[in-house]
Amino acid sequence: MCVGVPMQVISIDGDFAMTEVDGVKREASLMMLDQEVKVGDFVIVHAGFAISKLDEEDAKATLELMREVYSPELMG
Amino acid sequence: MNYSDSFRDKELVQGLARRIAELTKGVEKPLVFMEVCGTHTMAIYQFGLRSLLPPQVKLISGPGCPVCVTPNSYLDRAIALCRLPDVIITSFGDMLRVPGSSSSLMEERAKGADIRVVYSPLDAVQLAAKNPTKRVVFLGVGFETTAPTIAGSILAAKAQGLTNYFVLASHKTMPQPMAILSADPDLQVDGYICPAHVSAIIGADAYRFLCEEYRVPCVVTGFEPTDVLQGVEMLVRQALAGESKVEIQYSRVVRWEGNAKAQAMLADVFTPFDAPWRGIGVLPGSGLRIADKYAEFDAELAIPVQVEELKEHKGCLCGEILKGKVSPFDCPLFGGKCTPESPVGACMVSSEGTCAAAFKYGR
Repeated sequence: MCVGVPMQVISIDGDFAMTEVDGVKREASLMMLDQEVKVGDFVIVHAGFAISKLDEEDAKATLELMREVYSPELMG
Repeated sequence: MNYSDSFRDKELVQGLARRIAELTKGVEKPLVFMEVCGTHTMAIYQFGLRSLLPPQVKLISGPGCPVCVTPNSYLDRAIALCRLPDVIITSFGDMLRVPGSSSSLMEERAKGADIRVVYSPLDAVQLAAKNPTKRVVFLGVGFETTAPTIAGSILAAKAQGLTNYFVLASHKTMPQPMAILSADPDLQVDGYICPAHVSAIIGADAYRFLCEEYRVPCVVTGFEPTDVLQGVEMLVRQALAGESKVEIQYSRVVRWEGNAKAQAMLADVFTPFDAPWRGIGVLPGSGLRIADKYAEFDAELAIPVQVEELKEHKGCLCGEILKGKVSPFDCPLFGGKCTPESPVGACMVSSEGTCAAAFKYGR
């Protein structure tokens, strides 16, 4: 029930955005979002509402840091 | 998303698990961490994360599945409502199979009740607009992630001037049960894996009082295997250093202050009340009911019904399981009388329930 899905904004029409992940399209209300979004941004969509923006740069940075810290070669 | 698979990278996962094993080498009393979000419960079982962790780290599940903590009395009222000839019940799918005192919404639907599963509460508002001679009731359960979407549906119904849209509200808020569990002497929790998307709304600051009052570390963690393991590592580090602070592992989504707009919607449409939790009892201020200024949308007030007498299911250990005191495998009904096809208790119904996850992945 509480599964929020990361989806990419492909168009915006007033208070609604069309979002897409893996070819699946869903309309999401932007009523609850307190951050500005534009086409191309990622958002977490829960029960028909975008609840938060997903920071793609931060996701990549997290992964990079994880790879540095936890890669088998470096752990010895 | 191209990078989402990377959070499941096998080598990365194994590297994280090895690091946790190294950190906890020589620790005598196992560290116990509780997750309080059904999606975490699912992820932990689905990816077999327990088997990757050393014996010094134990993960237990708490009251994180919204369907599971919804008491029989709520279902009984929903069932009474669905028996009215002009009522359409709308709900997220999980609720349908949860047994009430003597029936379930699924059984009622088979008998002819108009019960529809929707993806969004806004779909229910649309249904009300299209069916002006019917009364459309949405079953509003869920935590702080779902509650603002229901608030949004009430605001949308009001803006459209609808008088036939109602919500049977039984929303729960997360920090209170965590405080109750932290104070329980029978339950030694060394740290919380804090919910991801609930925290996107309420903000990581909402857990600060737990760290201060109960000296329990809190890490807001995402749902991918690497997220959970990194969250566990952060908890291990805090626990071993004797620290208790809030940290955000899931920084790509969660901020300290949360989502101000969603919080404002919650404060506008709902009022806190003393909510009953299945198996846990009434927790002061732990629920959200519809505020007086939106009373016309409150199904409980607007549509009076006779609700049958409450009956609890004998032998079901859902209550103890929701408190993290026993594992599903300790329940005498588990896998025998109680299965996902024929559930006795709520924890076996929702895919986010501890028993359902244990049944599917845990054996």
